[in-house]
Amino acid sequence: MYGNDFPADDTSSGLLGEVEAAETALREAAERGRHGAAGADPAAYFAEVIAADQKVEPRDWMPEAYRATLIRQIAQHAHSEIIGMQPEGNWITRAPSLKRKAILLAKVQDEAGHGLYLYAAAETLGVSRDELVDLLLAGRQKYSSIFNYPTLSWADMGTIGWLVDGAAIVNQVPLCRCSYGPYARAMIRICKEESFHQRQGYELLHTLAHGTPAQREMAQDSVNRWWYPSLAMFGPPDTDSTHSAQSMAWKIKRFSNDELRQRFVDMCVGQAEVLGLTLPDPALCWNDERGGYDFTQPDYAELMRVIKGAGPCNRQRMEHRRRAHREGAWVRAAAAAYAAKQASKKEQASKKEKVA
Amino acid sequence: MTAHVEQTGPEPVPTAPGTTSAVPGMTPAAPKPVTKRFEFVLGLADDALVAAQRLAEWCTRGPEMEEDIALANIALDQLGAARLLLTYAGELEGAGRDEDALAYRRDDREFRNCLLVELPNGDFAVTMAKLFFLAAYQVPLYTALAGCGDERLAAIGAKARKESAYHLEHASLWVRRLGDGTDESHRRMQAAVDEVWPYLHELLTPDPAAPVDPATLRADFDSVVSRVLSEATLTVPETSWTPAGGRNGLHTEHLSYLLAELQVLHRAHPGASW
Amino acid sequence: MSEYSEPTSQPGGAPPAPLWEVFVRARRGLAHTHVGSLHAADAELALHNARDLYTRRQEGVSIWVLPAAAITASSPDEKDAFFDPAADKVYRHPTFYEVPEGAAHL
Ligand SMILES: [Fe+2]
Ligand SMILES: [Fe+2]
Repeated sequence: MYGNDFPADDTSSGLLGEVEAAETALREAAERGRHGAAGADPAAYFAEVIAADQKVEPRDWMPEAYRATLIRQIAQHAHSEIIGMQPEGNWITRAPSLKRKAILLAKVQDEAGHGLYLYAAAETLGVSRDELVDLLLAGRQKYSSIFNYPTLSWADMGTIGWLVDGAAIVNQVPLCRCSYGPYARAMIRICKEESFHQRQGYELLHTLAHGTPAQREMAQDSVNRWWYPSLAMFGPPDTDSTHSAQSMAWKIKRFSNDELRQRFVDMCVGQAEVLGLTLPDPALCWNDERGGYDFTQPDYAELMRVIKGAGPCNRQRMEHRRRAHREGAWVRAAAAAYAAKQASKKEQASKKEKVA
Repeated sequence: MTAHVEQTGPEPVPTAPGTTSAVPGMTPAAPKPVTKRFEFVLGLADDALVAAQRLAEWCTRGPEMEEDIALANIALDQLGAARLLLTYAGELEGAGRDEDALAYRRDDREFRNCLLVELPNGDFAVTMAKLFFLAAYQVPLYTALAGCGDERLAAIGAKARKESAYHLEHASLWVRRLGDGTDESHRRMQAAVDEVWPYLHELLTPDPAAPVDPATLRADFDSVVSRVLSEATLTVPETSWTPAGGRNGLHTEHLSYLLAELQVLHRAHPGASW
Repeated sequence: MSEYSEPTSQPGGAPPAPLWEVFVRARRGLAHTHVGSLHAADAELALHNARDLYTRRQEGVSIWVLPAAAITASSPDEKDAFFDPAADKVYRHPTFYEVPEGAAHL
């Protein structure tokens, strides 16, 4: 499937189908092989690889700006997964049934895994995870603004799965076709797992929406609070987006913020109807001409404030992360000391053996 | 290893006060046939449930991101075992209580877990000490259950044994590293072992009538514990204090808080499904 | 991110844990395949971390972790305790969830 990353609307294939298509495309591109070699003109060779929809791999020559863009984007993505564990982690010990407790714990654990897959992908670009973590903890690299909102009720576990993971998937499915191999492969793995996240959230919310009046109210209140922050996850409108054009040319990014946001809204409307919940936007209305829903844009000034640190939970999230890092220092030091002792023991033993 | 294995079916014995009628000549309205086996299974279930809850508290707080994942995995295993055991306990009881009724609608006096699992997490050393001793107990216990005459318990034991073997391996790995790591980690690990040690007595208290008599697990337990502690350059504490009571519903002050958090949402919406 | 920031690397703190490449054999009959990397202070920890990170959904029956020079493999007789526990975590797979009728794009 070339030239059209979004297959025709087919309810049976859904997002998982697109991830699989991306994986197939990745294999096909690999099989097409690469003619010629990065001889005298590596820049031309790089351009050819991108043009042929093939993957750039860690040791290939690449423009410094390409490398820097990827590091920034992958790191930010990794930080988001790690910080993103906190809002949901907040409810694990209070989950109202043992089944939901197991599901939520597994989900939050997955997010930690996503963070680690992504740090690993970033490291192939010649930056260490420790450096990236330090940048996060020093407040010099960002994470998704959505995680600076509080989880105030159990229904938020459903809404986050449905809307936040849902928005993440819409954002991330095209990244499965990103031109940088390790990032594309990490994204394929992640998107497959994200599908579980979205479905568990949707099912949770569906149960609440069809439960007692109090549960229903909890569900609606939650959707009311998360709808606009979820729309803001796609970033500023295209007119203000600084990184988009170059990233599109490099095939790091394949759709603009507004295109993805529109796609997300179009998906959510029908899903909300099935839930029996209302999206908090009176202006929401089908536009036949555009073939999509008209909707109220999120408050981008609020988005910028939250990104700059003035969201409800920025300080709390960062302090939580710093504290875990700080309080774990003695454990990491112990592991390093133990490893060093064992290594020197081994060395001495092998010396003795040689003497004998 | 050897273990006493009960071969007969569940036999009703009146226990817990309040479950039998106190008024002579009157039939109790809803007699609960509390069996010895029900109490035993409930004890194992509550051990696993409370351990899972404590381990889950670590989520997002681990000393390494990798360890966050490991602790969550172990918590999921314990939770999985708890669910199977609670479900079975509910069936043995025959009063129509499912896993959630048992987990969410009992008070601390009705919990049958050992005190060890309800102790607060403390630092990473205390958590690893608790996990290490719990796994050193659960491995031979589940192994014995896997060979017992009760089919359900045997199946649960066979599954949980493998998981516990991994928990034991993981906890031992950390006990060795912390014990034989830096001066600070050694000090913390030894302090953790000292803190937790008195609570081990309760785990192995003889109970000849149980499907598996805990006393029969002592040989396996002692050999693993002494081997790992010595590899970790840790010393076995000397103490004559032997706190107990969990199996009879007499807990530390900590359990009530743990349950308050575990049960708060469920209890706020009586009759709701989730 | 926020208006205040503080230095976080502790002077005299532990050296960063080394990087390990992870190889997983998905099924008997297939070769080990590179799946990614992780950090761990030593081989034993690296194996544990690899198991938890890369085989949460029964993706493997055997793991290798490879530091700069040496390969360490998970031994076959540990396989049961190592890999079986993931078998019952059905809720990790999206097909575990019922998608209500009419809900699309999930
Ligand atoms: Fe994720
Ligand atoms: Fe997710």
